[in-house]
Amino acid sequence: MLAYALRRLVLAVPLLLGITLISFVVIHLAPGEPVDLQTGDLSVQSSAQAKQLLREVYGLDKPLTVQYWNWLGRLARLDFGRSFAPDGRPVLQKISERLPITLLLNIVEMLIIVALAVPIGVLSATRQYSTFDKVTTVFVFVGFATPDFWLALLLMILFGVQLGWLPISGLRSLNWEYLSFWRQQWDFLGHLALPILVATFGGLAGFSRYMRQSMLEVVRQDYIQSARAKGLAEPIVIGKHALRNALLPVVTILGLSLPGLIGGSVIVESIFAIPGMGQLMVQAVFERDYPVIMGNLVIVSTLTLVANLVADVTYSFVDPRIRVAARRGRR
Amino acid sequence: MKRGAPLARLALVLALGLAGCGGEADSAVDHAATSQKPAYGDTFIEALTGNISGLIPNIVGDGASHTVAAHMYNGLITHDRDISVVPDLAESWILARDCRDLTFRLRNNVRWHDGRPFTADDVVFTYRLMTHPKTPSPYKDDFAAVESVHAVDPYTVRVRYREPYAKALTIWGQSMLPRHLLEPYVAEGRLREAPQNFTAPVGTGPYRFREIQSGQKIVLVANPDYYAGAPYISRIVFRIIPSQATIFLELKAKGIDTATLTALQYKRQTDYPAFAKAYNKFRYPASIYSYLGLNLKDPRFADKRVRQAFAHAINKGDLIDGVRLGLARPATGPYKPGTWVYNPNVRTYGYDPARARALLAEAGWKTINSDGLLVKNGQAFTFELLTSQGSDEGRKVAEIVQANLREIGIGVEIRVLEWAAFLKEHIKKRRFEAVAMAWSIGLDPDQFGIWHSSKTGPDEFNFVSYSNPEVDELLDRGRMTCLQDERKRAYDRLQEILAEDQPIIFLYFRDALPVVASRVRGILPGPIGIDYNFTEWFVPKQLQLYTAG
Repeated sequence: MLAYALRRLVLAVPLLLGITLISFVVIHLAPGEPVDLQTGDLSVQSSAQAKQLLREVYGLDKPLTVQYWNWLGRLARLDFGRSFAPDGRPVLQKISERLPITLLLNIVEMLIIVALAVPIGVLSATRQYSTFDKVTTVFVFVGFATPDFWLALLLMILFGVQLGWLPISGLRSLNWEYLSFWRQQWDFLGHLALPILVATFGGLAGFSRYMRQSMLEVVRQDYIQSARAKGLAEPIVIGKHALRNALLPVVTILGLSLPGLIGGSVIVESIFAIPGMGQLMVQAVFERDYPVIMGNLVIVSTLTLVANLVADVTYSFVDPRIRVAARRGRR
Repeated sequence: MKRGAPLARLALVLALGLAGCGGEADSAVDHAATSQKPAYGDTFIEALTGNISGLIPNIVGDGASHTVAAHMYNGLITHDRDISVVPDLAESWILARDCRDLTFRLRNNVRWHDGRPFTADDVVFTYRLMTHPKTPSPYKDDFAAVESVHAVDPYTVRVRYREPYAKALTIWGQSMLPRHLLEPYVAEGRLREAPQNFTAPVGTGPYRFREIQSGQKIVLVANPDYYAGAPYISRIVFRIIPSQATIFLELKAKGIDTATLTALQYKRQTDYPAFAKAYNKFRYPASIYSYLGLNLKDPRFADKRVRQAFAHAINKGDLIDGVRLGLARPATGPYKPGTWVYNPNVRTYGYDPARARALLAEAGWKTINSDGLLVKNGQAFTFELLTSQGSDEGRKVAEIVQANLREIGIGVEIRVLEWAAFLKEHIKKRRFEAVAMAWSIGLDPDQFGIWHSSKTGPDEFNFVSYSNPEVDELLDRGRMTCLQDERKRAYDRLQEILAEDQPIIFLYFRDALPVVASRVRGILPGPIGIDYNFTEWFVPKQLQLYTAG
């Protein structure tokens, strides 16, 4: 097992290099360059000379291969460089300042999705074609089909403008510093309510479908029949025998969505003015802020590779069949 | 979009007299209310769509940064309501008639936000910073004509120019920077990394920096030691809200105190009593005009008669009604109506398709083919009109131009492109037949870079390749003197020629459409906009909303 994990880890290195190389080339191929933004791309004041100076400052005047090599060299020392945005702050600092809120949002969202999707999936599977199942099916289609930004705007109009119950955007009220501790928490929760609702809505639809599908397959298995034949009560058959097995594929999907936790949702973060990773990445792309884009990509792709590996490894722990098969294979 | 830095109290008295003729404001403005008693206090909340990129305005190019920095810094001069040059940190100046010698007398009661006095040394330092080879500034070229700057005594600065220079005075509107804090960073070329650029800016302006929460907000507080007296509004909070839709909803929910509306929002979506009660709407011509650019290297467009025919064929009234819901004014040339340089006595082109057809016939476009298109030498008159994706307005303009030209037998195909690709692949490489775009114009009337025949390089702005020796000469004349009446003469003639030549088809100046919370008083819109006298804005005591802090 250890050898297997190590081999996978070693193989991940060239894969990661490949990912960075391709991304590096692709973002440099996109028209426009970081200096355009700072000199105002069609402003009469900025001269070709000012642009050239900026290119030199950023090292953009060197050939692409040299630029890539330099970037790689810095990366090897875990130096992600400084942002090309005029604030010129270190990329890691920019990312670390944005990460907590995105993590918080996505983890809460994930927990809510799992907590709701599992029972919904189980119920609609065990009562296939019942009214409940039909209602959730409709809900799922609506959930899939509703664009995030549209739902967000509707909710903002209803709760923010019409009813005035919830704040529309941002993380904290402007008078936050003057509130008592508990009022502060309440205020913060109020600000998070709509973004979490919107983000959960779409995710819930997909996840409950997976759960239902997985459950439907499991309840048709022979061992469920035998559990029933043994005379076990239905809740135990479903809750203990079926659910455990049905959860397996769901755990894999959960594992694969780990990198998404730090990626952040571009749409939700932009609409609700939440200063998270999604916003940072979009801004960086618009500004052609290469170091921030690359830094972000490296972190997300590393996490994806690690999550893949962890998912594979844990799978063998969770599923005895794989563990046994591996042992037999070794013999 | 640089806010004019504020003036002394004197301006208020003067401006009140003018309030009656503030015809630019929408009727919603309660002029009587401006006479209510000014009071200190309250917070003003503004939204920015993007993160600021830095707080040293001399080295940043984006609008958000300038909006914030304008409250914290001053130049030696500034512009007033009518876009005339008025004193700021300089209390007076003498500009020699040859436009090469300029002497500033500085105010002696100005202090940096850290308490140090502002002196002539700082002016000399700011000049050195702007011209230092390692300073990456978009405003560098402004100072290229300066030969020397030196401090005669702590409150006198003498500037000498290599040649007579039109902007001799106005370039000193550039923000002054503190020598005692920034000198080491300039020498090392690390100005962008200085703490003053992000977490600890120090200026001389009416507001001081309080805090920044990246991606969330920036807070400024009134500077009690401001040379012209503390401003009335005691805090400004800039909230960062990337989505325009969200900004509009925040406005409706009264979460922010000001926003710039689109034509549709202004006309239709804010037209209800509760909104009118909460906000005052303003309207004045923005410093930006839309145009149809034609590649003059194309033999069809090189013919002046064809361009004049286009000007007659395009119905500007329809364009303004359709695209801006009436919230724009026809452009007769590249200068904004109502400014000193504007010349109203130029050739205008009313909507006249018959006249357009006649002009085209003169140019040889006489026969019409089976598709109803004009033909010359066996070639039908069709061209491709490019516009960029970001602007909904560009696309609408293109569509109306397409319909108008179709009426006189010209086929237009519209192509919408991503902005960066549009610039790099088409504008810079001159690979276009026609473009629907807009030009932003500065406060100074010098437009050498746009019209001069020498400015046709790939990174330069005369990309339609216009060339007219008389125009070149007038542009030279306009920038070689600093005497306003002499410049006016040159630019008047320039406008006549441009109107006659139609190197681009001038379409319209759009209106800027800001709204401000109605509890804020003292706003006096003028040709320069509304922001210029922010330090005079106030909220009457009983209407103040935010008392904490």
